[in-house]
Amino acid sequence: MEQIPILLVHDCLLVSIQVDMHDRLAMQLQDDLTNKIVKTRAKGVMIDISALEIVDSFIGRMLNNIAAMSRVLDAVTVVVGMQPAVAITLVELGLGLTGVRTALNVDKGLALIRRLIDGTGEATVGRRQD
Amino acid sequence: MVVDKTETVPVGSGDSIVRVRQEVRKWALALGFSLVDQTKIITAASEIARNTIDYGGGGELRLEHVRSGVHRGLRLVFTDKGPGIADIARAMSDGYTSGSGLGLGLGGAKRLCNEFDIRSAPGEGTTIAMVRWK
Repeated sequence: MEQIPILLVHDCLLVSIQVDMHDRLAMQLQDDLTNKIVKTRAKGVMIDISALEIVDSFIGRMLNNIAAMSRVLDAVTVVVGMQPAVAITLVELGLGLTGVRTALNVDKGLALIRRLIDGTGEATVGRRQD
Repeated sequence: MVVDKTETVPVGSGDSIVRVRQEVRKWALALGFSLVDQTKIITAASEIARNTIDYGGGGELRLEHVRSGVHRGLRLVFTDKGPGIADIARAMSDGYTSGSGLGLGLGGAKRLCNEFDIRSAPGEGTTIAMVRWK
């Protein structure tokens, strides 16, 4: 069965979307990631969308949902690598992805996740207090 | 508006949204659309294809290379024989949805193309025509 691989590196889950995603695959990724956050106790999720040629409202909603679900599971999500044409189109479509943190590339994304997990960023707000 | 070339593809299952995106990309590339223009019309097509499936119960997409004077463009006509839309103005407004989506599809798709025409009545199905000029 078609599936988007999720890699665990230290305490981060890494996903790189390399296929044109149909809706079912997007829903499955959302479920898989949520389960994997719990199973691995990951603190960060990075989703690389540099290979995605479009983000429509369905994929946008999936990204929003993943960010929201990881937040309630005490993990941070960063979406990286959005192509400029995709960004222009998304905003015109009316989708600001306001609940999703983004970074320009994988490198910057990892640095951001590290900052957020270590609590040196502003994202400590709303994090679970253990 | 002169139609130079036309082709019809079915819009049936969830997977056919991917097929629609691929076809629209191919047709936009053939016209020499810029990357941003391609992305916009593909995204608009993706939104409307999903509506055709979710609300119209499936239908078809007719792709056309059109010409008006010196301008060339891509025209996409989505047709379904579903229940139709009773209040088009309301369906077009951002945030309104009768399903589980974000309610951005119709209004968003309209913003992503140059011409947008929607015809629908209860029991009559829905036809949406979009043009993006090069």
